[in-house]
Amino acid sequence: MKDTNMPGDPIIAVRGLTKTYEGGFQALKGVDLDIRKGEIFALLGPNGAGKTTLINIICGIVTPSEGTVTVGGYDHQKQYREARKLIGLVPQELHTDAFESVWATTNFSRGLFGKAPDPAHIEKVLKDLSLWDKQKARIMMLSGGMKRRVMIAKALSHEPAILFLDEPTAGVDVELRRDMWAMVRKLRESGVTIILTTHYIEEAEQMADRIGVISKGEIILVEEKADLIEKLGKKELRLSLQEPLSAVPPELAEWKLELGQDGHLLTYTFDSQAERTGVPSLMRRLADLNIGFADIETRQSSLEEIFVNLVHDQNAGQNADQTADASLPDGEKDSRP
Amino acid sequence: MNLHSIWAIYRFEMARSVRTLWQSLITPVVSTSLYFVVFGAAIGSRMPPVEGVDYGAFIVPGLIMMTLFTTSIFNASFGIYFPKFTGTIYEVLSAPISFLEIVLAYVGAAATKSVVLGLVILLTASFFVDLDIVHPLWMVAFLVMISAAFSLFGFIIGIWAKGFEQLNMIPMLIVMPLAFLGGAFYSVTMLPAFWQKVALFNPVVYLISGFRWSFYGNGDVPVEISLAAVAIFFGVCLAVTWWIFKTGYRLKS
Repeated sequence: MKDTNMPGDPIIAVRGLTKTYEGGFQALKGVDLDIRKGEIFALLGPNGAGKTTLINIICGIVTPSEGTVTVGGYDHQKQYREARKLIGLVPQELHTDAFESVWATTNFSRGLFGKAPDPAHIEKVLKDLSLWDKQKARIMMLSGGMKRRVMIAKALSHEPAILFLDEPTAGVDVELRRDMWAMVRKLRESGVTIILTTHYIEEAEQMADRIGVISKGEIILVEEKADLIEKLGKKELRLSLQEPLSAVPPELAEWKLELGQDGHLLTYTFDSQAERTGVPSLMRRLADLNIGFADIETRQSSLEEIFVNLVHDQNAGQNADQTADASLPDGEKDSRP
Repeated sequence: MNLHSIWAIYRFEMARSVRTLWQSLITPVVSTSLYFVVFGAAIGSRMPPVEGVDYGAFIVPGLIMMTLFTTSIFNASFGIYFPKFTGTIYEVLSAPISFLEIVLAYVGAAATKSVVLGLVILLTASFFVDLDIVHPLWMVAFLVMISAAFSLFGFIIGIWAKGFEQLNMIPMLIVMPLAFLGGAFYSVTMLPAFWQKVALFNPVVYLISGFRWSFYGNGDVPVEISLAAVAIFFGVCLAVTWWIFKTGYRLKS
């Protein structure tokens, strides 16, 4: 995907990146991606889409088959020292040294990334993450959420310009999630570029400046969040009619209804965020016209749906509308599997 | 050279052994003491001196070497295998650090522990037998070189190993027998002529011989050959390590 308005040089530029694992599995099929300096970029994709592979290649943990990555203008393989110094990585899995103390492991990470010891910075990071009173605790004594904080502390210990958060809030309670997002916002204000992957689409909606969708090793969409939100704010009211209509009656023209299923289904699309949704007046008008309905249903086209459709479309190839329609789960988006 | 990174890993590894001081120091000391009680006092008192050296004293270099082999391999292999096992290796792989620096840090830490342990065993031995070291500087040099070489060897095993069983396999199945047959408890010259020739195919013979030379001034083979053997072993391990990082073998996919 091409970005149309790119202010300045991207802080990360990925070009033609492919990765085929030893077993022959092609995890990435030619990925091009630019990350802008200072943005929060959310990468969405189903399991096995290549999110983690992409992140791991940029961070130097996985070797790419083809393609280039530059980080802050440095080639991530030839100038790996300069490139990697810029990056802090919080991997998906909770990989921690069970026997180390919180302080020791955070301090270790700072040294590992080539920085001179700075107890004041470590203290600040630990305090920001509410880990300060646990600084002497051994990591194995901590809860899962606390371990997650430790992973973030380690990634921030060397003051990275870019922070990768791979599924940062998976299995994390509400409070910690809120803390984490507050922290991410604060980091962004201080100029840190943040790339995150998440399954919680609300998070992408709340946090991200831009959203990218990856599926089967290909980036299939990169869009400003605002553009996606426009699609998101839409809600559908679906009325199953008792008697089929041959056409939408002119009295109902102002609602711009759509008629489907051989005249059995009336669909009204409206903006749920708007003050006047137009739903009550539509209902009154229908009653006036004596149009009876057997069932009524409202549904929201969430980012998740857009996302599922996108991925589904890619799988099914063409014929997007039909397949999308068939794949839509009924009801609200909370029916995610 | 990224000194902060090397120091971070080195200190991490050393902290790990301080935490497990009991296992890493006390156990070998106890087992070595048992060797001295059994081989030195009980059996050794009935043995004639070997090459003019009391049997109890004669086995000291071999004993130190045997412990050095196994602990170097164990420390270094565990040091790199455990992060692989727990997944924390991600951090080292994503750090701005070269392969040489990673090796220096891990192998340096493992070798340091082995040298300290070797000296502790030497100290323990001095309580049981009279030790008169002819070439003390060479003794320390051999101690350091062999600790480094076997730590590097252990590092390779740690990367190669896919399970904890494999970590123990090479030291127990290959290194220990070679050390036993390599003249840890006897001089190769005590063997029948045919077996003397066979023994020369055992690389460990040259290592133990060189170390014993630094103690008593004579070994089974000239000391130059021992030094060459150490250098070759170290060189081969270094080449393998270089290849591992070049290809990312069992480290990076």
